[in-house]
Amino acid sequence: MKVGFFLREALRSMGRNAVPSFAAMASVLVTVLVLGVFIPVVQATTGAANDVRNRVLVNVYLKTSAKQPDVQRVRQLLTSRVAHVGKLQYVSKEQAYAEQKRRFPDAYQLLGSNPLPDTFRVTPDKPDNALKLRDALSPSTPGGGRTTIDPAIDSVRNSKDDTQKILVATKVVKLTTGLLAVLLVVASILLVSNTIRLSMFSRRREVEVMKLVGATDWFIRWPFVIEGVVLGALGGALAILLLLVGKIALLDPLTAQFSLLAAPNTIHFGMLVAVLLAAAVGVSAAGSGLSLRRFLRV
Amino acid sequence: MAATEADIQALEAAAGLSASRPGDPANVIEFRAVTKRYEGGDTGVEDISFCVRRGEFVFLVGSTGSGKSTLMRLLIKELEPTKGHLHVAGRDLAQIDRKKVPYYRRNVGVVFQDFKLLPNRTVHDNVAYALQVTGSSRKEIRAKVPDILRLTGLSTKLHNFPDQLSGGEQQRVSVARAFVNHPPLLLADEPTGNLDPETSIGIMQLLYRINRTGTTVIVATHDSHMVDRMRRRVIELRKGRIIRDEATGRYAPRDLSTAEFGALMREPAPEPRRVREPFDDFDDAFRD
Ligand SMILES: Nc1ncnc2c1ncn2[C@@H]1O[C@H](COP(=O)(O)OP(=O)(O)OP(=O)(O)O)[C@@H](O)[C@H]1O
Ligand SMILES: [Mg+2]
Repeated sequence: MKVGFFLREALRSMGRNAVPSFAAMASVLVTVLVLGVFIPVVQATTGAANDVRNRVLVNVYLKTSAKQPDVQRVRQLLTSRVAHVGKLQYVSKEQAYAEQKRRFPDAYQLLGSNPLPDTFRVTPDKPDNALKLRDALSPSTPGGGRTTIDPAIDSVRNSKDDTQKILVATKVVKLTTGLLAVLLVVASILLVSNTIRLSMFSRRREVEVMKLVGATDWFIRWPFVIEGVVLGALGGALAILLLLVGKIALLDPLTAQFSLLAAPNTIHFGMLVAVLLAAAVGVSAAGSGLSLRRFLRV
Repeated sequence: MAATEADIQALEAAAGLSASRPGDPANVIEFRAVTKRYEGGDTGVEDISFCVRRGEFVFLVGSTGSGKSTLMRLLIKELEPTKGHLHVAGRDLAQIDRKKVPYYRRNVGVVFQDFKLLPNRTVHDNVAYALQVTGSSRKEIRAKVPDILRLTGLSTKLHNFPDQLSGGEQQRVSVARAFVNHPPLLLADEPTGNLDPETSIGIMQLLYRINRTGTTVIVATHDSHMVDRMRRRVIELRKGRIIRDEATGRYAPRDLSTAEFGALMREPAPEPRRVREPFDDFDDAFRD
């Protein structure tokens, strides 16, 4: 009896307050739509930035004269004595030669012998530690040059000389998108809760009267919460429908061409739908229930 | 006949005495030195003390702004007294927990001066709401609401919304809602303020009938004509203070039928009311 009563109350009030109800639903719809577009964009951007950062490597070139025991010793050194070592990949002279020959067949045709050294490709545990790792492996001397920590090591170099730039640029990109995401979420919550608060405010007299004729707080609150759930779900569902149409019509054809859009760690669409719908319903129901509190103090 | 009337008078005189004694279990309402000051510094009521016994019918009169509505709002705990204590049915209202206030209010029917109808509900649903808050079943609602609406003459307006009603009709909805629960205490703030004389009499007849079922009724009004005819207890306020409290009830025989009561109401007014003075008691003693 109670549940049915509250449901009927919620439907009645939506019918009688069609304009504020529509405004609340529309604000949920717009918000979910914007978030639904923005979340994958943020994720793809962050993913791309991380991708770039993860390509930061420190190459440890051994002397061409290095023998098998030297290689073993350096490997030992890298795995157990030096900090910030993440992954370690050993590329022997022969492998390096084969690889280069495959990439530049013409150039390597001319070379008779193999000029390449044995190499350790070291991935730092975190991209930011790349420079520290290089310094640890080849500390700089007071004279301005660099030594190495093992006589068998010829030189230590980052795979690209602009490691520093890559690290800074990607960090800025990640921070900016993160900040934007936070701002957007805050703006969404404000928009939805303000719309709800306005529609509550227009009904505060009604709530006061209900209190004065003996209604308990929850007796008044339930229909409002249910209304919030229904409007939130409705707005959310409509927005998701639009997102789905957009994805099928616009995004999927593009994904085939641009790797950024297909970034592997973009949220799964189903997951995105679930998160957005839950957020829409949650914010709108909680907003209704909470903004009522002020008017219940009669 | 004369003997019984004398008996009733004696009884009521005795009862009139006990009405002024605080702590009497027969008291439904007790104001003990209650003062209410509003935030802006306006005085609502000032040092009010009086008692109302169960089953009494009390008029609250006084010019506009004298504190009648403030008193009513204190009684339903819409306002808290600034000073003093206020007991209803033996309970100190200040002791009622915020969560329990709705349950208390269900025992007090209120006809608000500004009606306070729910704008999004029909006449029927407005009245039904007072039952719904108590968790009444649909069966009870079907049994009680049409009855009270017939009693208040609203049967034809069942499905109108408040903005489709005249002021007097809205007032009647307010009366119907206040009484549909049969609360033991009924407060009516200007229940006839917007009505023509004939309809006013109808509403007062209704309140009279309600009072005869044992409900304690307090009516705030400007309508001196009506007060004079009803010959009930009158509490007059001026600037928030009680300046007159007359138990006039003994002038009127108790057991008028509602029709007789209506006839009485239509009679020309008796001598004008004035502030009671000590020698009035002397006069009364020699009246037949
Ligand atoms: N909410 C309020 N805030 C401040 N002052 C108020 C408030 N309500 C009433 N007052 C003041 O309290 C005093 C008593 O008001 P109240 O409403 O009790 O008068 P009343 O006797 O019901 O008048 P009326 O016959 O016109 O209805 C008035 O002076 C009024 O200005
Ligand atoms: Mg008033």
